[in-house]
Amino acid sequence: MAVTLEPRTDDDTLSPRAAPQRTRAVVGRGVLSSGWAKGGGVGVAVGVLVVVAFASVAYGSKTIDLGTVVDAFVAYDGTNNDHLIIRSLRVPRTLVGLGVGAALGLAGAVMQGVTRNPLADPGIFGVEAGAALAVVVGIYVFGVGSLTGYVWFAFAGAGVASVVVYGLGSLGRGGATPVKLALAGAAMAALLSSLTSAVLIIDIATLDQFRFWAVGSLAGRDGQVVRQVAPFLTVGVLLALASGRGLNTLALGDDVARSLGQRVHLARATSGLAVIVCSGAAVAAAGPVGFIGLTIPHVARAISGPDYRWVLPWSIVLGPILLLGADIVGRVVARPGELQVGIVTAFIGAPFFIALVRRRKLAEL
Amino acid sequence: MSLGTQARPAETEAVGTSSRRARRDGNGLVVVRSRRLGVSTRVHRRSVVVSLALAAATFAVLCWSLAVGDFPIPIGDVLAALVGAGSDDADFIVRTLRLPRGLTAVLVGAAFGLSGAIFQRIARNPLASPDIIGINAGAAAAAVFVIVVVSGTSAQVTAGALAGATATALAIYLLAYRKGVTGYRLVLVGIGVTAMLSSVTSFLLTRAQIYDAQRATIWLTGSLNGRSWDHVRPVTAALLVLVPVSVALARHLRVLEVGDDTARGLGVRIERSRGALLLVGVALAAVSTASAGPIAFVALVAPQIARRLTGGRTLALVPAALCGALLLVSADLLARRLFAPSELPVGVFTAILGAPYLLYLLARANRIGSGG
Repeated sequence: MAVTLEPRTDDDTLSPRAAPQRTRAVVGRGVLSSGWAKGGGVGVAVGVLVVVAFASVAYGSKTIDLGTVVDAFVAYDGTNNDHLIIRSLRVPRTLVGLGVGAALGLAGAVMQGVTRNPLADPGIFGVEAGAALAVVVGIYVFGVGSLTGYVWFAFAGAGVASVVVYGLGSLGRGGATPVKLALAGAAMAALLSSLTSAVLIIDIATLDQFRFWAVGSLAGRDGQVVRQVAPFLTVGVLLALASGRGLNTLALGDDVARSLGQRVHLARATSGLAVIVCSGAAVAAAGPVGFIGLTIPHVARAISGPDYRWVLPWSIVLGPILLLGADIVGRVVARPGELQVGIVTAFIGAPFFIALVRRRKLAEL
Repeated sequence: MSLGTQARPAETEAVGTSSRRARRDGNGLVVVRSRRLGVSTRVHRRSVVVSLALAAATFAVLCWSLAVGDFPIPIGDVLAALVGAGSDDADFIVRTLRLPRGLTAVLVGAAFGLSGAIFQRIARNPLASPDIIGINAGAAAAAVFVIVVVSGTSAQVTAGALAGATATALAIYLLAYRKGVTGYRLVLVGIGVTAMLSSVTSFLLTRAQIYDAQRATIWLTGSLNGRSWDHVRPVTAALLVLVPVSVALARHLRVLEVGDDTARGLGVRIERSRGALLLVGVALAAVSTASAGPIAFVALVAPQIARRLTGGRTLALVPAALCGALLLVSADLLARRLFAPSELPVGVFTAILGAPYLLYLLARANRIGSGG
């Protein structure tokens, strides 16, 4: 993906490096500065991702030796139990992990760019709360009982919630400013999660199903889930990548962006749509998995610098590394059971978030 | 700010002795002075009126909630029973069965309202409240742990929640401490800690027996069912200590609001005042969450409603507390009677009443262009 992007040149006036001195001091340059180093770096990261993905297929609560894992792909035997486990359980699970990780990383990066808020996260748009309420309604009212059924409800809920939040946040002068969006998202999330718990209290059977979805997990995701969310993930990823240049301009502030010829509302709308599609598809596939959207863009920015045309590809690669890594950790530490991936990412992500909050000065938030 | 001083102006103007003087200035503020005690204070007249009205309304709703139920009692008998002059039946029903619950609602509501007002003023952010700052999440995780792992009694759950809230508050304060604590950093660290703790809570829920999970969910919503005098006493004791302390500290709040540098210039020891205020706010939130569960929105909404009622530019503490009390006792009445004979947890109603109001506030602020 990275190779198709033009390497950044020093006279690129649209990059945030051309911003006033103060901004540059805040954002700083990444670890990798030249275009070639960045391209190579993405290549290395993709290599790491392949290793992690393979590990995710190879390790699980049932120990399967590596030779059998390879055989499951090159010499598939439908009567071999281990092959079945790999092909029908672990591969779809890994694929979902790849897609969800990439989508969450991207959604976080785009959202932080659009809201110009380093703490933005898909949770902030009320996306997860909307999906949760829709899933609860699906279970309680329509008697949906399977993961593949949840997907549509989750997606619809995420979409409606984010549209409402965006609409509410963009009322009035100045459109959807960062502060208004964050406030509207927090309020909406609070409302939706209260309604969710109201339904859960009325009906114990719904609670029994919902509690396993609400924790955020990759367990039991099969090929059908992959097929359901794959189109949305693809569209979301493409939209997000397309919004990279616009994000660079928006980072300079609305007025500067407008004077540079950027159609601010169009850029915001594209990016907003990308966030909705990406995070909606992710939450539909894996339930609410927190903190990937928050942490990954910061790591990406630390490596590549503030140019969104590099931050976005890095986020695509780093997101799944974190998600699949956390999933493997969750499967290994709690054998023979497993720790859901949402819990592992919260325990990796929350300390990171707190460290971030401690490091930055007040004005930069 | 305390009700004692608020009652004074009328009396002062009527008596007009030389030792006490009241003077009105242009902002609707009345200055009350007592030479003999060497004390003077400024009182916002509209706040006084609003506080008295809120207190009266709270008392009226409380009496109403004591009167209605499966065994309705005429309001006159309720009042008689309250002063101990009713029939034996009415005495038992009002004073043993219904009064503890009603009083818990009033006291917990007041504590939430006060705590919310303190946090919102320190953080200078209307969204800062104990629910967002992570104290409720700490209490919730500890309480769910006690319910699910230990299968504890309700007293143990309360103790666990109190311990969890205190430990979380301490952890958040220490994590946010970096040459002092600013309100913003505190809120953000709180959000991080909340996310972590709520993932612990949802993990515990997946590992629980379904009936334990249901009990935990009801606790998590916040409920006042089956409260006895044992629940009322700790909240009362806490409020008796904490309300005067917070009112005494309120004048530091006013100075802190002008910004740290100015406040320092005015001679306020910022860290000490802020630390003391935070401690009070945390204690209020911890005690009320422990006795009624993490009831949503009261701490968030009550100060904002109170501010609009008093028409002041800042959040007054006492009206916020009274507003919280009125909100919670009304919500509890609804929760108890709307679907009678079955009862819903009060937290469902505070959310259904509070959240649309919050969204309306945001929409309105956005439309008039002051939303940020």
